[in-house]
Amino acid sequence: MGMTLVEKILADHSGRREVRAGDIVSARVDMILANDVTAPLSIREFRKMGATRVFDPEAIAMVPSHFAPSPSIQAAAQIQAMREFSREQGLPYFFEIGRMGIEHVLLPEEGLVVPGDVVIGADSHTCTNGALGAFATGMGSTDIAAAMALGETWLRVPETLRIVYYGAMKPWVTPKDLILYTIGKIGVAGALYQALEYTGETVRSISMEGRFTMANMAIEAGAKTGIFEADEVTLAWEEGRARRPPRVYRGDPDATYAGTVEIDVRQVQPQVAFPHLPEKTRPVSEAASMDLRIDQAFIGSCTNGRLEDLRLAARVLRGRKVHPDVRLIVIPASQRVYRQALAEGLLDVFVEAGGAVSTPTCGPCLGAHMGVLARGERAISSSNRNFRGRMGHRESEVYLASPAVVAASAVLGRIASPEELGLDETAFFETVGVRAS
Amino acid sequence: MPRRIRGRAWVVGDHVDTDVIIPARYLTTSDPVELARHVLEDLDPTLKSRIQPGDILVAGDNFGCGSSREHAPIALKAAGIACVVARSFARIFYRNAVNVGLPVVQCKQGVPVASERVVVVDFDAGTVTDEATGAVYPAEPLPEVMREILEAGGLVPYVARRLEEQRRHAAASA
Repeated sequence: MGMTLVEKILADHSGRREVRAGDIVSARVDMILANDVTAPLSIREFRKMGATRVFDPEAIAMVPSHFAPSPSIQAAAQIQAMREFSREQGLPYFFEIGRMGIEHVLLPEEGLVVPGDVVIGADSHTCTNGALGAFATGMGSTDIAAAMALGETWLRVPETLRIVYYGAMKPWVTPKDLILYTIGKIGVAGALYQALEYTGETVRSISMEGRFTMANMAIEAGAKTGIFEADEVTLAWEEGRARRPPRVYRGDPDATYAGTVEIDVRQVQPQVAFPHLPEKTRPVSEAASMDLRIDQAFIGSCTNGRLEDLRLAARVLRGRKVHPDVRLIVIPASQRVYRQALAEGLLDVFVEAGGAVSTPTCGPCLGAHMGVLARGERAISSSNRNFRGRMGHRESEVYLASPAVVAASAVLGRIASPEELGLDETAFFETVGVRAS
Repeated sequence: MPRRIRGRAWVVGDHVDTDVIIPARYLTTSDPVELARHVLEDLDPTLKSRIQPGDILVAGDNFGCGSSREHAPIALKAAGIACVVARSFARIFYRNAVNVGLPVVQCKQGVPVASERVVVVDFDAGTVTDEATGAVYPAEPLPEVMREILEAGGLVPYVARRLEEQRRHAAASA
């Protein structure tokens, strides 16, 4: 009997010929990451374990991205703790402010995660790396501390739920809309304890950036990881980037799956997730008819702060102004994205429209800083979570959507579709490249 | 680790996420006492003042979904929550709870009690009992590796023991 993609990776990393869903394995880890919220706790627990040296300094990345650049003395102390630990342990991958990015965007960009890896991170969105055909999952600080000491971690091999996408995406439908639609269909606990594997003819035409967005939100369906099989798109993207040789694994045709969900992409409209769960999705046309006035629009985060996202948002905003009652915040997810957006004139478009642009940070997405919501405020965001109080006051509201919908909403002052601005499909396909049906 | 926990129940719903267990605005500290001060405040601002040490949280599906922040089980434990019973748990939270030594019990059929009723969790028998009605609900056993971690007092002492063994082996073979 064959193995799934995830089973293959975990078998190889645990020195076994074969593993099955439900098995508990001890797997070697290729990359471990932690941020300024979770690393200080990891460091403390690492010391409590009596550990003195990390198993391999090159396999550990420390990224201060959440409360960074630090908005308070306490936050500064957390970054200081990870900076000092990185120096003490000789970690080459501590990313200082100004050379930093949101961890799940930065690490793949830097070629620190490659296809076939096992990656664990003290952040739930570590599953983003599954876009590369790696097994990547989030854990807590103590698990990360143990892995930093031992170089391995215990894992229950998950069942795999396959999501098969077919058909071509309609104009203004992005990979973000596909994943929101999928979560709306299966629910926030729809893949609990499982791996989501994204497959089908449509995914071959989705860029790496779009795949990162989809893998990123696997956790919002309760999944342990979200994974794509590495293909020519993946390997082309890794050219000149991968710091280790990629290993391409493929699931066997006779592998056992927990189930298969088929999604006809042609039926999918741009989506909006309503408060306070990512599964509360509705088509943008329905949301737009409800006259939902917004106070803030946010484009950024590890979900949608990549170059493709900024290009799309800029296409919508070019020559337009942000609604007088709205604050638009745009945050490129990494320094590399920032510089490229600068070179392409995208940042100019945002500033010209009346938006605020910041250095990379996770800040607004988790209500840390740089855009915290007051009581009664409503935001539309390109991020991944709209839990109660996520971006600020418990009586504020977060709606999730693609960067195109967020940008259009910023202009109109209410949740809206780009088509309401008279933007036709040419504007969309110009930005996303050749993907017309 | 206690074999049996008897405590007053606080009933919460489905999909209680880590943002409402401990909002990110408090994540510039990992001090348990400080975190406990704000536990569950975005779910129900009145709850934390009513929780007494030894109380049990009884939840629906997908308890602890969202962030990987270990601050969530740390805050619950420091606030005095003795155990969390749920129909299902989010995977990261479940693992974190065991790692920090907060007992978690999955009862797939749910435990339909009202808040402030007394429930008894029996780890050896694998049951949760509603003391008022005597109704008994079966609990899922923890995987072997998690039981070992919980019995060691959490992942820290568990790994400390392994590192100590490695050192002894290294010293013996030197």
